[in-house]
Amino acid sequence: MGKPTGFIEWRRLLPKKRAVAERTHDWREVEDVHGPLEHDALRHQAGRCMGCGIPFCMQGCPLGNPIPDFADLVWKDRWFDAHKRLAATNDFPEFTGRLCPAPCEGSCVLGIDGAPVTIEAIEKQIAEHAFAEGWITAHPPRTRTGKRIAIVGSGPAGLAAANQLNRAGHSVIVYEAAAKIGGLLRYGIPDFKIEKYVVDRRLAILEAEGIEFRTRIAVGRDPTWSVLRAEHDAVVIAIGATRPRDLAVPGRELPGVLIAMDYLCDQNDSGARHSVAGKRVIILGGGDTGSDCLGTAHRQGAAHVTQIELLPAPPDRRTSSNPWPAWPLIFRTSSSQEEGGERTFAFRTTRLEGTDKLETLVGVDIDRHEEIRLPVDTLILALGFTGPDTSTLVDQLGVALDARGNIAVDARFATTIPGVHAAGDAHRGASLIVWAIAEGRELARHVDAALRAGPSVIPTVGQDQPFR
Amino acid sequence: MSRGLHDPSFERDACGVGFVADIKGNRTRSIVDDGLELLRRLSHRAACGADPDTGDGAGILIQLPERFLRAEAAKAGLDLPVGRRFAVAQVFLPVDPVQRAACEQTLVEVVVEEGQRVIGWRDVPTDPAHVGSVAKQVMPVFRQLFIGMRRVPPSAWERTLFVIRKLAENRVADRGADPDRYFHVASLSTETIVYKGLLLPRQLPAFFVDLEAPEIASAIALVHSRFSTNTFPTWDLAQPFRYIAHNGEINTLRGNTNWMQARRSQLKSAKFHGGLERLFPIIVPGKSDSAQFDNMVELLTLGGRALPHAMMMMIPEAEMPGMDEDRKAFYRYASSLVEPWDGPATIAFSDGQIVGATLDRNGLRPARWTITTDNRVILASETGVIDVPPERVHSKGRLQPGMMFLVDTSEGRIVDDAELKREVAGRFPYRKWLDKNVFEMHELPEVSPPERIAGESLFRLARAHGYTDEDVELILEPMAATGKEPVGSMGTDTPLAVLSDRAPSLGSYFHQLFAQVTNPAIDPIREALVMSLETTMGPDGNTFDETPEQCHQLNLRGPVIDNADLARIKHAHEGVFEPVTLSMVYPVAAGDDGLASAIARLRRAAELAIDEGHNLLILSDRGVDAAHVAIPAILALSAVQQHLVREGTRMQAGLVVETADCREVHDVALLIGFGAAAVNPYLALDLVCELVTQGRVPGPPEAAIARYLHALDDGLLKVMSKMGISTVQSYRGAQLFEAVGLDGGMVERHFTNTPSRIGGLGLAELGREALARHERGYGRSAAAIADELPVGGLYQWRRRGEPHKWNPATVATLQAAVRLADRERFAEFERLCDEEDESAVTLRGLLELVPAGAPISIDEVEPVSSIVKRFVTGAMSFGSISAEAHETLAIAMNRLGARSNSGEGGEEPHRFELDDNGDSRRSAIKQIASGRFGVTTHYLVNADDLQIKVAQGAKPGEGGQLPGNKVDERIARVRCSTPGVTLISPPPHHDIYSIEDLAQLIYDLTAVNPKARVSVKLVSEAGVGTIAAGVAKARAGAVVIAGYEGGTGAAPLSSIKRAGLPWELGLAETQQVLVANRLRDRVRVQVDGGLRTSRDVIVAALLGAEEYGVATAALIATGCIMLRKCHLNTCSVGIATQDPRLRENFVGTPEDVVHLFTFMAEQVRQRLAALGVRSLDELIGRAELLQVRATDHWKLRTLDLSALLASAPGRFVAAVPHDLGDHVDHDLIRRAEPALSGGKSVELALPIDNSRRAVGTLLSGEIARRHGAKGLPDGSINVRLSGSAGQSFGAFLAPGVSLELCGDANDYVGKGMSGGRIVVYPPATARFAPEANVIIGNVVLYGATAGELYASGLAGERFAVRNSGARAVVEGVGDHGCEYMTGGVVVILGPVGRNFAAGMSGGTAYVYDPQHALRSRTNLEMVELESLVDESEMWLVHSMIEAHVRLTSSPLGRRIYDNWEHLIARFVKVMPTDYKRVLQARRAAARRPAGLTLVTGTGG
Repeated sequence: MGKPTGFIEWRRLLPKKRAVAERTHDWREVEDVHGPLEHDALRHQAGRCMGCGIPFCMQGCPLGNPIPDFADLVWKDRWFDAHKRLAATNDFPEFTGRLCPAPCEGSCVLGIDGAPVTIEAIEKQIAEHAFAEGWITAHPPRTRTGKRIAIVGSGPAGLAAANQLNRAGHSVIVYEAAAKIGGLLRYGIPDFKIEKYVVDRRLAILEAEGIEFRTRIAVGRDPTWSVLRAEHDAVVIAIGATRPRDLAVPGRELPGVLIAMDYLCDQNDSGARHSVAGKRVIILGGGDTGSDCLGTAHRQGAAHVTQIELLPAPPDRRTSSNPWPAWPLIFRTSSSQEEGGERTFAFRTTRLEGTDKLETLVGVDIDRHEEIRLPVDTLILALGFTGPDTSTLVDQLGVALDARGNIAVDARFATTIPGVHAAGDAHRGASLIVWAIAEGRELARHVDAALRAGPSVIPTVGQDQPFR
Repeated sequence: MSRGLHDPSFERDACGVGFVADIKGNRTRSIVDDGLELLRRLSHRAACGADPDTGDGAGILIQLPERFLRAEAAKAGLDLPVGRRFAVAQVFLPVDPVQRAACEQTLVEVVVEEGQRVIGWRDVPTDPAHVGSVAKQVMPVFRQLFIGMRRVPPSAWERTLFVIRKLAENRVADRGADPDRYFHVASLSTETIVYKGLLLPRQLPAFFVDLEAPEIASAIALVHSRFSTNTFPTWDLAQPFRYIAHNGEINTLRGNTNWMQARRSQLKSAKFHGGLERLFPIIVPGKSDSAQFDNMVELLTLGGRALPHAMMMMIPEAEMPGMDEDRKAFYRYASSLVEPWDGPATIAFSDGQIVGATLDRNGLRPARWTITTDNRVILASETGVIDVPPERVHSKGRLQPGMMFLVDTSEGRIVDDAELKREVAGRFPYRKWLDKNVFEMHELPEVSPPERIAGESLFRLARAHGYTDEDVELILEPMAATGKEPVGSMGTDTPLAVLSDRAPSLGSYFHQLFAQVTNPAIDPIREALVMSLETTMGPDGNTFDETPEQCHQLNLRGPVIDNADLARIKHAHEGVFEPVTLSMVYPVAAGDDGLASAIARLRRAAELAIDEGHNLLILSDRGVDAAHVAIPAILALSAVQQHLVREGTRMQAGLVVETADCREVHDVALLIGFGAAAVNPYLALDLVCELVTQGRVPGPPEAAIARYLHALDDGLLKVMSKMGISTVQSYRGAQLFEAVGLDGGMVERHFTNTPSRIGGLGLAELGREALARHERGYGRSAAAIADELPVGGLYQWRRRGEPHKWNPATVATLQAAVRLADRERFAEFERLCDEEDESAVTLRGLLELVPAGAPISIDEVEPVSSIVKRFVTGAMSFGSISAEAHETLAIAMNRLGARSNSGEGGEEPHRFELDDNGDSRRSAIKQIASGRFGVTTHYLVNADDLQIKVAQGAKPGEGGQLPGNKVDERIARVRCSTPGVTLISPPPHHDIYSIEDLAQLIYDLTAVNPKARVSVKLVSEAGVGTIAAGVAKARAGAVVIAGYEGGTGAAPLSSIKRAGLPWELGLAETQQVLVANRLRDRVRVQVDGGLRTSRDVIVAALLGAEEYGVATAALIATGCIMLRKCHLNTCSVGIATQDPRLRENFVGTPEDVVHLFTFMAEQVRQRLAALGVRSLDELIGRAELLQVRATDHWKLRTLDLSALLASAPGRFVAAVPHDLGDHVDHDLIRRAEPALSGGKSVELALPIDNSRRAVGTLLSGEIARRHGAKGLPDGSINVRLSGSAGQSFGAFLAPGVSLELCGDANDYVGKGMSGGRIVVYPPATARFAPEANVIIGNVVLYGATAGELYASGLAGERFAVRNSGARAVVEGVGDHGCEYMTGGVVVILGPVGRNFAAGMSGGTAYVYDPQHALRSRTNLEMVELESLVDESEMWLVHSMIEAHVRLTSSPLGRRIYDNWEHLIARFVKVMPTDYKRVLQARRAAARRPAGLTLVTGTGG
């Protein structure tokens, strides 16, 4: 339970980020991977954990990570045990330790007074420590069940499902349309948040444990979903929610308007096609994707970047209608936002103007009801996603969709088509990486149970009861 | 009553007891008169039930009045033989003439068969006008049968009479001649006769006309007045029995009777004609503990031992350093023949020639004696029960713990304790016998133990035995690292084992029983001297024989043994031991039903092993693997135990259990409690070694194991002490558990006589659970998890763990609801709770509500404002929680017109005044707990409800501790203690060791504040209804039944989880017993323990509660988030902490709490409307409106809740008026009016006797009400009294009152004294030396906070216990003097008893110790002994002695005063170490520049 008085003795301390001037000149991670916090400083942070009788953090975490347990182990300098505890519930702590917005910290009891345990930093450090010590190595299953499972999509949901099912002894083949495995992890998130060696490092282990990766395979075209289904004992759809939300205003067709994911993917690929070096950039959308675009634009050498959010700026502290332990709806500043650029809130874009290319964005300041015109060279639309690309699925398999166009599944993550399951963004709509992993794991458990016609050997993430 | 939850075996009684004897054996009428007078004077120790004229029982034993009987027999035409060649049977017979004739015929028939002569019957004349209506309904017919002696040597005559009685009893039962069980032989002897009945003391002589006859004469009169909690009135359980009269409680009864049954095959005595076998059962089942004790005494006595010898065997003294070696050897030897009958006891006994009394080893009952100059002895529970002119008093004294007082009327002398024990101990060379025949472990050859299990196989095995991460991290690791059992807070909120889906260990289906009211728990730490873990093992001998071979035993220092010791035992073929190992494992392939056949096989194997001559049976579950699963160890052990007991061969062998199942204290307690002599928890030990290897516990492994075993030992002591049992020898086999959720038939067979009241799992289901656990270790998924264990989640909520009622969703939703005043969210909260309940987290979740009629409009239902008045918050002390939290609850409850509870830490007086805005911070309920912290007269008069906390749900039977770092200036002020000094609450109230003591405390509290209701808080356990009936009889206004759920206090984890029961069971039992006894209408019933929704309230109402306590939910409303760190002072939300930095985080408001209770009441209202009733009153006790929800869950469907639902309607109607009408203080108050109102001083005088109790208390309450805490100026009211004062003399005395008593006083003098002065001295005409005379009783100055006491004479046990401010001078004290003292000054001019200053953390004692005896008698754990050197201290002691001499004219005081310069060096100062440290720090701080604050406590 950490040190009983730890939270009184030590303040919340986050890992240091590299200086803005330094980090915006390269694509390396914002945090220094190799020494985020001094050993004792991190231990003290773990020691702040009170080991609550009810660890709300554990409920706040979609994976149900045993946070008090591993924090205590770090406090006691028992890193190997901490790693084991964490790895038991989280397939990829090195991903979540970098990318998760940490709802656990929002529901940490110390967060009532605003200084939760630095759970994510501890998680990341446990994972990096484990890699550094060589504790994370391939352990192929001792026996195989002979069942073949196709997993379509290699983002975090697909990989988590693949990992769990493979460990349970099934033969798993992951199909990926892109050239490389990783999905959103590889293509959607800039290096300054997760360098790609981190993904490759994990993929090497998964491969060594026996997962087969097949890239550049566009399921739906070749093979068709029906063929895929016929050739496997189970099919898992983890294709994400890639359909971008568009901007329906006059002038949308003008050159100079980019979809965020295209922009980010390009940078992760080569950065050649859509570089905004020297340009005036506006990013529509104040979310994480918008921030990723912002950081990318700065690093590409944009002349000026403005990030626009439709909604008003959130308050600095929780309001009474947003009590702990619900996710705190407060004003946050991402690492990319620290690096510069303007942030505008409560602004609705009404039209785009320009002669043969985009020149001006016209919109309304919602509070003041006043029209504003902004000069712009490149407009990046980071307006979120509307759901998975399901055209071939519906045509070929007849999979039912829910009201929002996502793939409909039951409590066991089974679609309306026997033997076909779906998890992650493809079923719940665009969401957090930690949700993708959680769903991938839970899906794996149900698929395993179905294939065995008995209880699964895969552990559950536990019942989720989201805070209202 | 068989239906419902009550079982007559739960019944308890306690009482007043005493005897009068003529030492020279002169038989006179006046001795009988004195006996009857003594009995009358103990009336207040007796009780009556709903019928005020039906007593619980009274009786007298006298020498057979030969002359009187001869005359009476002659009247009936009977001719009695000359001399003593006849005996009289005093017989209770059925009313029905046919049945009566059958019984009489049977008795006569047996007399003839046994060769004796039937002389004839005499009707015993009675006057039924002197008996209550209830008693009359069940009154038997009384007749005497005269039996003539034929062809028996006089020495065997009594034995023959015993055989006749036993045979007659058995035959009447066998023939079914007496279906209503009237037949009872009250006495059958040539020496004594007993007159007794369901009478009040005053009714006895009027009812039995014989007793008024002038010819009746005796040299001995032994009397008893009963206070029973029994449900059905019975005449035969009145006392005295044939040999004894008992005041107290035998805690180990179940074990004692079992062991006698188990000895059946060993019991041989040629002395009994026709053998013993036909007399079984020797100990008649179903009778009271006292009756069974009498059975055993009778057997031992008639078997050839003298009565004192039998007493010494059954109630041995605690072994003390310095005890005579022969005596020590005798006790040790005797322990291999019979287990101690343990519990608080004064036993008076007589065989017609000798009469005496003995006291239990801890001195938990009072007994005072007076010897007169005309050779009379008076011994009784109180002094002053017979008026003896002072000049006729030869000497006075009290019975000391473990001591015996004996009058031999044939020798005409008093036999001294030392002499009589020397004689018994010297009968045989016991010491030599022991040396030769008792083996110590180290005398057995060393054998190497099995190889350590390690790595993956260790964890596999652990999983297969149901171990979880928590078992290792929260239990084993701390125990192995620190040697202590881990502590937790905030109660339990996980499902009962039978409701859990996780195949919990069989041990978790058993709940520990604990002492409340009828017997005190012991403090195993501070009173370690009476505790013993030492145990012997091996075959037991014939109880009648006294030969060296009887003690062929192996001696163990404790019952938990390591692997090396077990290996030695297994190979102990040396000498007389013949060990054999029997396997507890069976094939997995046998499936769910394999368990039943495995047990059958094991039982046969055990039987066979004994037949083959093995005398050490080792039950082992080594050998579990993929193909083999183990019988749960407790089941295997108990099944073997019960089987062998039934076979009568159990005593031919010792039982040892080698098991992986055993890991925590509860597991050890269970195995020992169900009969094992020793336990080897090999897997836990190997896990401890593994923890050392992993670096989690400091090594070397041997040291870690030693610490772990030490923690188990201490824990076992605690479990025993909770039940008031001091030795493991008597705890063994005592079965002090209740099973919850196990099939009744299975329990009866394998855990015989253990209560199990709601049915549950049978062997097939238990087999299934065993396999489910096994699967975790060796099943398909086991390979992947290597060295991991399941998460558990029993002690803390875990996402994948056991469900908890309080979890992230319920806590968050409730907080949002009250914070945002959001009714919808509150409804959502209730929905979440109900869903959880329905998924079987609680028993009440298994029930559903049945409407009483069609739904009605909500407008017709009683308003919210009346419903909320029924709510109370739980008792949480200021100290355990912050002032902010404490006051928030009080303000909120006062706004609602509901009541908050102060808890046991006092209350700041400013809270008794209103705030400017009209808010009140005063707690309406003031608690009186064992620590009596802050319990002043002023505190007591500022209450609407005075609650005596007998037990608390989180840790029933245990005391508490407020760590020094939580005791800041403010808390210390309220608690009358010193900042930074740890405060200890003793396990029992030292003024409640029995039910009549409780009645006395209720009387005292009523006297101090007659307007307040007195309530008594009990914890749910089997038998709590019986205690509640006793509480109602003791005139409490309310009884609180607390469940084991909830509970906010800090407690050892095993106590939180393993002791106590859900409130549903305790409440329903209470309702059933109160209704059956027609007592329900005089008390209110309150319930608490995990209530949090309107549904809980409705279910509680239907089961019988009219008031509802809510603690945890109220705390959560103020911001508690169930950190469960209350004991660490690190509560991050500022509730359970005194750290000012953390208290700033407190965000709770009275509004939050008001919302909680208002919303809850609104929901209650809606439910009432839906049920079709207008008020809660219409629902009380109507269990018929509950039905069991249908289920097909494989575990739940085995449950049978019909007993729970057998409650009958009944609710509070009117309180019994208090019995203060004739209190002398009414007169005092009237006469003291000039002082009370006019500032004048008054001098008053009056005579008193022992029936005048709590003198000065009523007056003091009046002073506190009128003048507040400061009271009146010193000397305002001076009262001179003469005689023997009743109990609680000067209790809660207020400043300004002086009580001067010429005479002596009983127990509890100056209890709770808050000021004033008490002076006690003997009359000038007394002939004895005052300093050798016991002048005040036990437990003097308990919880006193101020004032002075001067007593010219000796005090009893526990002088100044928990004193926190009074000053006293006394001339000697008994055992446990100054125990738990936290303040004040005590000067002792004479001897002190054992265990002086135990747990004393504050205040100072100065002892005149010319013999240098103090050191050996002091418990030095917390105090240091120093010489008196400081000038100011010398002056203080000198001035106190000066006052003592001035006020009491004490000759001893005068001698010391006159030789002060010489004697000063002989004073020893007893100084608590902690207190000294704090005082020094303070002095240092005072010298330091301002700005620095005193650092107290050690933090973390």
